[in-house]
Amino acid sequence: MSENIYQKIAIDGLWRNNTATVQLLGLCPLLACSNSVVNALGLGLATMLALTASNAAVSLARNYIPNTLRLPIFVLIIASFVSCIELLMHAYTYQLYQALGIFIPLIVTNCALLGRAEAFASKHNTRLAAFDGLMVGLGFLLVLVLLGAMRELLGNGTLLANMHLLFGESARSWTVAIADYKKFLFFILPPSAFVGLGFIIAAKNIVDEQLKKRQQAKKMQNVNIGSKRVRTTGHIS
Amino acid sequence: MSLRTAIINNALRLSLFALCTTALIAGVYQLTASKIEQSQQQHLLASLNELIPASRYNNALLEDTLTINDQTLLHLDQPQTAYRARFNQQAVAVIFPVIAPNGYSGKIKLLVAIEPNGTLAGVRVLTHKETAGLGDAIEKNKSDWIYVFTQKSLSNTLSSAWQVKRDGGEFDQFTGATITPRAVVKAVHNALLYYQQQQDTLFLPQSSPSLSQQP
Repeated sequence: MSENIYQKIAIDGLWRNNTATVQLLGLCPLLACSNSVVNALGLGLATMLALTASNAAVSLARNYIPNTLRLPIFVLIIASFVSCIELLMHAYTYQLYQALGIFIPLIVTNCALLGRAEAFASKHNTRLAAFDGLMVGLGFLLVLVLLGAMRELLGNGTLLANMHLLFGESARSWTVAIADYKKFLFFILPPSAFVGLGFIIAAKNIVDEQLKKRQQAKKMQNVNIGSKRVRTTGHIS
Repeated sequence: MSLRTAIINNALRLSLFALCTTALIAGVYQLTASKIEQSQQQHLLASLNELIPASRYNNALLEDTLTINDQTLLHLDQPQTAYRARFNQQAVAVIFPVIAPNGYSGKIKLLVAIEPNGTLAGVRVLTHKETAGLGDAIEKNKSDWIYVFTQKSLSNTLSSAWQVKRDGGEFDQFTGATITPRAVVKAVHNALLYYQQQQDTLFLPQSSPSLSQQP
């Protein structure tokens, strides 16, 4: 319709084809690292960065990659960027690196990365591919942080705790805590991530349905207007 | 293009990509290696300083080390490093790891600091896999429980008292989690026993050259 290619990429990545809520890719890290906002944000940022960089690199090299070799080369590119991010996190956000543990190297196995490389980056120019990576990554990041906030709030009664792991000492005071909150163990444990994600997907579907209804109503109006015009010109079938 | 040249061509391209990506990683590694080392040391020093505040010693804590290896009491599965804090050559405390092998879900790795007279300066949990919300109260971020060990020793706490209250000792268990504190209490007790056994060697200067120079 009236949306240009950048708008389409943004809407697809953030909403219409969201990795976490529609494609349901990369669920393992999504479920494992969503117990607090800081973990969610750390993994989300790392994933977004890896996705953007690998998309751009795949797109840059797309004319030199023979079709038969594309998958091993994509994996090679993705793995190298993830290794670099892992090294950087190890150096600059040491405690967060320890908290996320195995899930940083496991970004390599996040199907979203290989999926975007194959489906988009290998067919589009570098600027579009990087933008696509950024948007898909951001979509994943937002769901991850939403789930993290939900679980942290319901499980521990805090929000934004331990943000100094990511943003330095000045972020220590960002924590918001509910006074006298008794812990809700279920939301700390992994199963709550499934339930939480379920609710997020349900909410998205409700919004989508509402939008669809509204659009249909609009269409009906258009049809009515149109049929009037048809009648005046006498083309009733 | 014959099959042979196709294979060679593909192999060359794949190795070219492997070379480029490896070069990238190698470059980033070069850039971050010293910073990673530095963060690790900083983190280690910070966790040691929690047990022995930096004001209490003036030696290079991270360099004054001793390798210990003990399966029977400390349950170490590989040689570990003990750190010695000294103030003007006077021994202040020795910090070493001890493993509680019988946690609720696997091993609990602790760090204990013991003063020369056999008194505990403090205990911290390094790693554990205990149940979140129940057993993880052994972490200092989750509860104050781990501080009960400070100032305890074999002489001021009888051997029979080194148990959780449910077993007739004097240490609190947690509601819904007895196994975790039981394992930790036992491990700390073992660490003190180990110290009693080894106290003559634990504070010896590490470098043998300086010993041999003495007349």
